Amino acid sequence: MDYKKPLPQADPVTAPFWESVKAHAMQIQRCNDTGKFFFYPRGMSPFTLSDNVSWEPVSGKGKVHAFSIVFNNRAPGFADEIPYVVAMIELDEGPRMMSNLIDVEPDPDHVKIGMSVEVVYDDVTDEVTLPKFRPVQE
Amino acid sequence: MSISGKTAIVGVAESDQIGRVPDKPALMLHAEAARSALAEAGLTKDDVDGLFTAGVSTLELGEYLGIEPKVTDNTSVGGSSFVIHVAHAATAIATGRCEVALVTHGESGRSRVGMARRSNDPDSLRGQFEAPYGLPQPVGAYAMACSRHMYEYGTTHEQLAEIAVATRKWAMLNPKAMMREPITIEDVLNSRPISWPFNLLDCCLVTDAGGAYVMTSVERARSLKQTPVIVMGVGEGHDHAMISQMPSYTSFAARHSGRRAFEMAGVKHDDIDLAMIYDSFTYTVLLSLEELGFCGKGEGGAFVSGQRTAPGGEFPMNTNGGGLSYTHSGMYGMFAVIEGVRQLRHDYADQGIRQVPNCELAVVHGTGGVLSSAGTTILARG
Repeated sequence: MDYKKPLPQADPVTAPFWESVKAHAMQIQRCNDTGKFFFYPRGMSPFTLSDNVSWEPVSGKGKVHAFSIVFNNRAPGFADEIPYVVAMIELDEGPRMMSNLIDVEPDPDHVKIGMSVEVVYDDVTDEVTLPKFRPVQE
Repeated sequence: MSISGKTAIVGVAESDQIGRVPDKPALMLHAEAARSALAEAGLTKDDVDGLFTAGVSTLELGEYLGIEPKVTDNTSVGGSSFVIHVAHAATAIATGRCEVALVTHGESGRSRVGMARRSNDPDSLRGQFEAPYGLPQPVGAYAMACSRHMYEYGTTHEQLAEIAVATRKWAMLNPKAMMREPITIEDVLNSRPISWPFNLLDCCLVTDAGGAYVMTSVERARSLKQTPVIVMGVGEGHDHAMISQMPSYTSFAARHSGRRAFEMAGVKHDDIDLAMIYDSFTYTVLLSLEELGFCGKGEGGAFVSGQRTAPGGEFPMNTNGGGLSYTHSGMYGMFAVIEGVRQLRHDYADQGIRQVPNCELAVVHGTGGVLSSAGTTILARG
């Protein structure tokens, strides 16, 4: 199938994230000096600038922190999916991640800030998987 | 040393045409505005020894204008850049590093003549962590942030629409404004949805336009052609680049840039006669007013209600018609500075309510990127 939307291209620092998503077992980084998780992947801790960081599996669970419903986007791949939801997901581990909210009516009466969501791995091409999110019952 | 009160804006101008200018590349819009601003001040390009711009390189600008500056500053942090340039030029002049600063802007935002292509490389951070999900930039970013303000404070779309309606009333008084038909709150609420919660009339225009201003020392300003407009206070800051990294969607660097500018100027909010607040989107204004301290957190909606910012209202704001209705080439901050200067010089004294009465002190605030950067300056009639 012909996938028309922009595809992420991993760099040496971010590659472990994209590999973990492709394996359907998302990992993000944690600063071992502070114990805090962070995202996007960086070559050092954004809290201390230390190299003392590690990759850790995450639950894939979180909450909608903010969102928009897109009605106007002529870009290839998106134009025929309007309206759709782009959301900031606050992971249970702390960091926020931009993604699409799927399996929900693209309507502010149905999408609610604070609603619980879980990751869905969307294998958009043979090489690339995107982490997306769907509502879960509390 | 403080730079407060040491420097002045002595000339301002737009490019010869603004709005739809399909026959002029971006650099020419810079150059037209520069030529007019220098002429208004009574200076020539040979007087210029400090060159400031954003978007294009000062290398290209200096080459195009035939200027060899002693001070060059390409601070480019989005639409706030040209407000931040006031601070940087004031510092350079007050410390003796240059004497006459020229700050220019030009974008063929609508016609895209002579403009760099916009793209996110797939291995850039935005290309990896935002672009795959289809949030239109910058509108979707501001919309998403706004959703959080509505959630935390109960801000309504009607309150946001108050800003668009009041700004349009100012535009109707400005012959240079692109949109001059009256609109109502219902018109805003019924306009085409773009990126919820924003409709079309929550969003700024996309135009072609250039602008420029000239600064020098207060001493030299006294001998020039225009009433000087004195730089009393400045502040700047930024706290993220991508919207997905914004620490809080209901607070941004304006809280710092505003506080710094007011402290340096030594003035209070009640002293301000005019507010020029960057209006890329209705929410940009509402949030900026809170962050600058004109009202408390979460009170922005109430603050703008009842058309308080419209002509004849208690709080004159965006009196040129703003980015929402006058012009918005892409990085609007330049035009907020220009209008602030003209109001403080009483340029509209013969135009009735277009002139803010007894306008002695103005705050000019720029926001850049996706609520990423902030620049605030407080200007006084000299």
